[in-house]
Amino acid sequence: MKFKVNNEEVFASTGGRPFDKNKPLIIFVHGSGLTHMTWVLQTRYFAFHGYSVLALDMPGHGLSGGKSLKSIEDMADWINSVIDAVGYKEASLVGHSQGCLVTIECTSRYPDKIKTLSLMGGAGAIPMNAELLSLAENNDPKAVDLMMDWAHGPAGHFGGHPVPGLYHINTGGMLAKSRTIKDTLGVDFRACDNYKNGFEAAKKIKIPTLSILATDDKMCPVKEGKKLADLIEGSKVDIIDNCGHMMLLEEADRVLKVLKKFITTHYPPLNT
Amino acid sequence: MSDKTKKGTEAKTYKFDTLSLHAGYQPHKNAGSRQVPIYQTTSYLFDDVDHAAALFNLERGGHIYSRISNPTVGVLEERVASLEGGTAALATSSGMSAIFLTVMTLCEAGDHLVVSSQLYGGTVNLFRLTLPKFGIKCTFVKPRDTEGFKKAIQKNTKGIFGELVGNPGNEIMNMPEIAKIAHDAGIPLIVDATYQTPYLCKPFEHGADIVIHSLTKWMAGHGSSMAGILVEGGKFDWMQNDKFPTMTKPYEGYHGLSFAEEFGPTAFTMKARAEGMRDFGPCLSPQNAWNVLQGIETLSVRMKKHCSNAEEMVKYLLGHESVAWVSHPSVPDHPDHELAKKLLPNGRGSMIAFGIKGGKDAGVAFINNVKLASHLANVGDTRTLVIHPASGTHSQMDEATLKFAGLSHDMIRLSVGIEDIDDIKNDFEVGFRAARKPRLVSNQ
Ligand SMILES: Cc1ncc(COP(=O)(O)O)c(C=O)c1O
Repeated sequence: MKFKVNNEEVFASTGGRPFDKNKPLIIFVHGSGLTHMTWVLQTRYFAFHGYSVLALDMPGHGLSGGKSLKSIEDMADWINSVIDAVGYKEASLVGHSQGCLVTIECTSRYPDKIKTLSLMGGAGAIPMNAELLSLAENNDPKAVDLMMDWAHGPAGHFGGHPVPGLYHINTGGMLAKSRTIKDTLGVDFRACDNYKNGFEAAKKIKIPTLSILATDDKMCPVKEGKKLADLIEGSKVDIIDNCGHMMLLEEADRVLKVLKKFITTHYPPLNT
Repeated sequence: MSDKTKKGTEAKTYKFDTLSLHAGYQPHKNAGSRQVPIYQTTSYLFDDVDHAAALFNLERGGHIYSRISNPTVGVLEERVASLEGGTAALATSSGMSAIFLTVMTLCEAGDHLVVSSQLYGGTVNLFRLTLPKFGIKCTFVKPRDTEGFKKAIQKNTKGIFGELVGNPGNEIMNMPEIAKIAHDAGIPLIVDATYQTPYLCKPFEHGADIVIHSLTKWMAGHGSSMAGILVEGGKFDWMQNDKFPTMTKPYEGYHGLSFAEEFGPTAFTMKARAEGMRDFGPCLSPQNAWNVLQGIETLSVRMKKHCSNAEEMVKYLLGHESVAWVSHPSVPDHPDHELAKKLLPNGRGSMIAFGIKGGKDAGVAFINNVKLASHLANVGDTRTLVIHPASGTHSQMDEATLKFAGLSHDMIRLSVGIEDIDDIKNDFEVGFRAARKPRLVSNQ
C-alpha cells in the first residue's frame, strides 16, 4: 500500500492482505540498498495469521518516493513517523542488517511504542569495507557483486532457494540494482559506517528482543551479533548453521519458525 | 573512478564452469548424495494444516505437487538461471511448452506480439496458427529488419519474440537494438537462445528480458530427453505502465496477489508457475530433468568441440566443388559476421546451412547416402545431424511461406556433432558423390 510520511510517498507491502488497523502491527525494515521484497517469506505468513504487516521500502528505495535518508538516526525517526502515519500507537519491529541498526536506534528513542524487537544479521556497528563503500558511492555495479558474494552463505552460492526455481545471488543483485546504486547502496553504506551509537542504544532496550545470527555471515559475524545481544537485557539468540547474512531468504523457514514463536509469545495476534 | 576502486577486489561468486556442475544443489541437504537425487514422487508431506495452507498461499517456499515443482527439476531451474545470469527459471516438458507458457503468462486474448519471421518451424506454427485461436495475434518481421520491429508495435503489443540466430537461415537479430525498441515501448524482449546456450551468449547482457531454451538440444546435449525452460532476467519493470495488469494488480487468478509487488525481479516466473504450470500442466519429469543436468555438467567442454568442428566443416564446405553456398556466421561474407563476433564471442554455434549443387534431387541423394550423419528432426545432439528442410522440418509450409522463412530447395541443414572431424568429412564425401549422380544412386 501507499501512504505519505513527511509529504513523500511511501510504499509498503502488506503481505498480500488488506491493511487492517484492528490487528497488531509488525514493521519489517530492510538492509542496505535492498527493498521490501527481501521479506516475502516472512511477511505473507504474518499477514495471513492475525497481524497487520508493513514491509517498508525506505525513502528512495524500491517503490517509495523521496531521497534516501543519510543517517541511521534519521531512519529511526522516520520509522516512528511511519507508525504515526498509519494511525498506530505501537508496533513490533523486525530488522535485517542495516535495518537492525535502525530498529535498535528507534527502540531506544521510542521505548513506549515498540513492543518487540527482532534482529537478523545484526551488530552494534557495521563499519564498511573502504573499497566496497567507495564502489557503491561511485555507482559501480561491482559494489553489488561484492555485496552479493559476501552476503550469501552456501545456499546463496550453490543455490537451493526455498521457493523452487529462484536463484538467490542474481535475485538479490537485481533488487540492489533496481534504483541508482549510489543513491541507495552508496548512501546506506555511508550511514552504516557513520553510525556509532548502536551499543549505547542497545543498553537502553528493555523490551523482548530476539537476535537471529548465522555461522557463515561475513557481513555481521556471529561474534559481533552476540556482543550486541549481550548488551540487551534478556535478549534471545538463535544461531543458524551453514547460512549467510541473507538468512531471511537462505533459511527462510527456520527464520520464520523462530520469529513466529517469539512474536506470537510476546505480541499475540488477533483471533488466533 | 577513484583510486580506491582500482584495488580490484573481485567477487568470488562461482564462475560458469563451476556453476554448470554445482549450481542449485547442496549435498548436505540431500543425505550427502553427491549426484542430484531423482525425486521420483508426485507429492510432498505437509507438516500440518497450517504448513499446507501457507504453501498453497505462497507464504512459504516449498513443494506441494510435482506438476507445480519438484526438487530435482528445481536444481535444473536454478542451474540454468545461474548460467544465464537470471533471477529465476521454470522448466517445462519441452521447448514448445516453455514458449507457450511464456506467451500465456504475458498475454490475454486481444493482445499482440511482434515476432521474428525466422523461427523453428514449430514455433512459426504456434504463432501463426495456434495462438490466434486464443485471441493472440502476431506480426512477423524479418530478423534483420530492425526498424520493422518498431513499426509493427501496436497499442496492444505485449512483447517482441525472436531467435537470436534465425533457423535455419542463420540471420542474426540485432538484439541490443531490438531490446531498446521493446523497452522504449514498455514491453519485454523474449529471446529463444536454444542454439546458443549460455556458453555462447547470455541474452540478458544484451537487453533480453526473458530467455527460452529447448533444453532438448545442446543444453542436454545427448539427444536423449525432451525439456524446455523459461528464464527471467529480473530487470523488466512490469509496473512502469498499465500493460500488464495480471502482473501488477491484485490478481483474482491467484488469491488477489500482485506478483510484481511481492516478487519483483522474479514475478514473471512466479506467475508462470503459479498460474501457467498449475493450469496447463506441462511439467518436466524428474528423470528428464536429471538427464539434462547430466548434460549441462559438460556444457562448455561440448560447446567448444561443437564450435571448433563447425568451423572446420565451414572451411571444408566452402572449398567443396559440390557446394553452392555456405551460411554460418563465421563465414567472412555472412551479412552478420561482425554482429556475430560481438554477440557470440565464444563461438558462432554449430548450425550450418549450405546449398548443394544440383538442387532438390541432389539434396535428397545426399541425405539418403550419408551413413555417420543421422537424418532426423533434431538439432544439438552430440552426434552430427542432417536434414533437408524443404522436404523435412518445413514440409508443412507452402511455397510462399518457405520463401518468407528464408528457405530454398537446395538447402541442407547441418548440426555439427563432436565426432572426429575426419570421420564427418569422409561421410560427407560419400553423400556428395551420390549427390553428383542422384539418379544412379538415390534410392528415391
Ligand atoms: C530454436 C528452437 N526453439 C524451440 C524448439 C522446440 O523445442 P522442443 O522440441 O524441445 O519442444 C526447437 C526445436 O527444434 C528449436 O529448434
